[in-house]
Amino acid sequence: MNGIVGASAQRAGGRARVTGAQRYLGDIHLPGLLHAKLVTLDCAHARIRSVDTSAARRVPGVALVLSAADLPQPVPRFGPQYRDRPVLATGETKYHGEPVAAVAAQTQDAAEEAARLVRVDYDELPAVCSLAAALAPDAPLVADPALRPGDPLAGTNVLHEHRYGWGDVTAARSDLVVAGRYTFPMVTHFAIERHAFIAAPDGDGIRIWSTIQHPYWLQRIIAELLHLPLAKVQVLAPDLGGGFGGKQHAKYEPLVALMALRSGRPVRLLLTLEETFQAVRRTSAEVHVRTGFRADGSITFREVDADYLLGAYADIADRVVGKGSYTSCGPYRVPAARILARSVLSHTPPATAFRGFGSPQVLWAGESNMNEAARALGLDPLELRLRNLPRRGEVFIPGDKPADGQWDQTIRKTAELIGWGSPLPPGRGRGLALGLKSGPTTGLSYATVRLLADGSVVMSAGTSDMGQGARTVYAQLVSDELGVPMDRITLIMGDTAAVCYDQQTSASRSTVLMGNAVLQACREIQAKVKAMAVRLYQVGETDVDVAHGLVRLPGRKVPVTDILGPGLGPLGGEVIGNGESRKEAEPGHPLSGSAAFYEFNCTAVEAEVDTGTGDVALARYATVSDVGRAINPLQVRGQDEGAAVQGLGHTLMEHYVLAEDGRIRNLGAIDYRIPTSMDLPAELYSDVVENADGPGPYGSKGMSEGALLAVAPAVAAAVTDATGAVVRDLPLSPENVWRALTQRALTQRALTQRALTQRALTQRACTADGDLMKEMRDESHSES
Amino acid sequence: MTHTRTIRLTVNGTTRQVRAEPGHTLLDLLRDDLELTGTKACCLVGECGACTVSMNGRIVDSCLVLAAEADGAEVTTIEAVAAGGGLDPLQQAFLDSGAVQCGYCTPGQVMAARDLLARVPHPSVAQIQEAMAGNLCRCGCYRQITEAVQAAAAAVDR
Repeated sequence: MNGIVGASAQRAGGRARVTGAQRYLGDIHLPGLLHAKLVTLDCAHARIRSVDTSAARRVPGVALVLSAADLPQPVPRFGPQYRDRPVLATGETKYHGEPVAAVAAQTQDAAEEAARLVRVDYDELPAVCSLAAALAPDAPLVADPALRPGDPLAGTNVLHEHRYGWGDVTAARSDLVVAGRYTFPMVTHFAIERHAFIAAPDGDGIRIWSTIQHPYWLQRIIAELLHLPLAKVQVLAPDLGGGFGGKQHAKYEPLVALMALRSGRPVRLLLTLEETFQAVRRTSAEVHVRTGFRADGSITFREVDADYLLGAYADIADRVVGKGSYTSCGPYRVPAARILARSVLSHTPPATAFRGFGSPQVLWAGESNMNEAARALGLDPLELRLRNLPRRGEVFIPGDKPADGQWDQTIRKTAELIGWGSPLPPGRGRGLALGLKSGPTTGLSYATVRLLADGSVVMSAGTSDMGQGARTVYAQLVSDELGVPMDRITLIMGDTAAVCYDQQTSASRSTVLMGNAVLQACREIQAKVKAMAVRLYQVGETDVDVAHGLVRLPGRKVPVTDILGPGLGPLGGEVIGNGESRKEAEPGHPLSGSAAFYEFNCTAVEAEVDTGTGDVALARYATVSDVGRAINPLQVRGQDEGAAVQGLGHTLMEHYVLAEDGRIRNLGAIDYRIPTSMDLPAELYSDVVENADGPGPYGSKGMSEGALLAVAPAVAAAVTDATGAVVRDLPLSPENVWRALTQRALTQRALTQRALTQRALTQRACTADGDLMKEMRDESHSES
Repeated sequence: MTHTRTIRLTVNGTTRQVRAEPGHTLLDLLRDDLELTGTKACCLVGECGACTVSMNGRIVDSCLVLAAEADGAEVTTIEAVAAGGGLDPLQQAFLDSGAVQCGYCTPGQVMAARDLLARVPHPSVAQIQEAMAGNLCRCGCYRQITEAVQAAAAAVDR
């Protein structure tokens, strides 16, 4: 090894990013480009009576105005899970911001002016925008039942029910049952690069540029929609300015493709930030958890009822629900479990994947529940975790991958970083939580590595680099395996016509799955170089070894670059290596495949609460992830600390504000706040556990989501520790925390009153404190 | 119908003349007319800082400056920060500290940090975090950005 794996190599593409030279999709200019603008209604749910585009068409520079009536009938629908989303709203709009028409013009100004002049005659209809409204017996149906043939739930707004479980929950004997209801808000990805799309006719096919994480999935969607062979659809996906899951699946590419074909010219749609809020969000959720414990803290059972609020179209959110809820029991030995998760449709923007993929919602509930249990049992929350933690190799979800790390090390390291158990300054509290997420359940990645005649390398991989640093990791792997300096390696990514298939960039898979394909491609090159050496030096196969750019022969070592010339011969050429990495589906598995790895994280927080305002200040923060092996420690730290900061968003401040009619009232950066540099914890510590026990190159595991998973329950536990107030609704905004503090004060006053009255009545000789504690305990368990 | 206006300004040391549409901003002028796409667009309401440039020696959100207001101005963008092909110590510090992930906010971050260091050569952590609070980074590199600014401040002394 040349020491590059495990070193903090400089980010591939870093120089272009600090100089402004990096070309994101919005920086691409094509000759003859038309600019597109969406036409939307300022309401969520409406019946469209007519769309009059005549005035819009008269605006100078306008090339095309499309409404549903101008599209093939029935209006084509698409989606990664269900073909439910129409290219343009047809008959009804179903969420605030759903496009009814679209304009393409010579200039952006003309497109915007024309879009304002499209007259839509519509009747606003009642909208269901909450779980309660969507689940009401007489709720308007979001999805047309005709689109759900044979589906017994078609007459409801429940798109799908996911049921998991093992053991006998009813037979479990517990000393204590702790139950609670927890809510997780509707939040949005807010990638600083907004979603953007270009489509251009290309001979007998089409080219699509998109800010997309899954270019090959988009290629398939466009090919099906346009009845084109895959080979005639080229998807170009320049490196993204942040993805976080929001850019996984097709949004407006089908519309822009149809506009390009109709106009015969390239068409570009750049969403405003407000429009991205209406295009992508995380599923909000309400989760009920009941967990049984024995007095020693061991878990006897867990029941979870999780309702996730999807938008008007499923996107990938039903998979989010299914996969996220599947690990609702967390990283614990749970002898009996019953899990029911429902995907509920509503008249809100389509929810989609977002870092954590459904796990942060159930972990917010499950880990808060564990912290409440620790208080009720009188156990240290850290100790409670350790008592229930599976050992490496132990099955904890029947039928799935056993625990794949020495997870207690992660917990202990976190405890050390935060000073768990040490005396706290007055007014401060500490909290801790665990995060667990199932990695990819299936996968397919191809990699091609070409060792050129001068020893430099061109490699291609279908991963999307959205900031997680995949390019750097692959270059490091190639550099290490083939002994080629990083600056002599070129990576080609983001072009379906030039780069072999990759299933997707999600679930923190790319270092593991594509990384293994890259390794395999390098090994094929090494085998070919070895064959060259055998031929050139007339030695036996067992006498030659090729590794890390060196050919070892009996008694000497020769750099690979020295034998490439004679080895390739007078025609020159190159040595080509191909790698393929598969994670096959497993029939019968509830998720159609077990986890390739788990992301495991422990987060601990020390917080101070302003009891007058409810403001939460983070004095110290520690996050530790089990990453197997950090290929690039600087990038790993960036992902872990970045995930923590992103998690502080939904924990402390972020949430959509919906009007009753379904309009989003805080669209855009002024009214929707995300963490800034001022929101960093005063002290932030991050670290990793590396036991090289992962399935990826050099024992690595995926790690890009782990540090987001446990943020909210850890912060909430610190707030409770500091103030005694329990908050079960995110975010822990000053308003919500203040309400909880006020509620607690009121409850306490009432309890004290009751206790005093009781004492006066019975004349019992016992402390008011004891009664108070007992009653509070009872109260906290009475909810379900 | 529309009345374009001729704007003369100096961008990165070169005098430029542009016919600007009314309502177009300095950001539009830089990105669309001068094809200086290093300056990024995001919120367009002066909240995210992605479009930060230096105008007449002060940083501005170029999305909030009308092109007409930039008439006669001296503007510096990210494209001029790396002098003579080498990186500015601040840019190098961003790379070394891991302050760049997706990189989309980076040009704005660099411009804001450069302005801070010009005013306060040795800022404290609190001063850095306050000065940079108008530049959002959704990858969450705030700690690394703070470290990069500190490192750049130290590098200038050497």
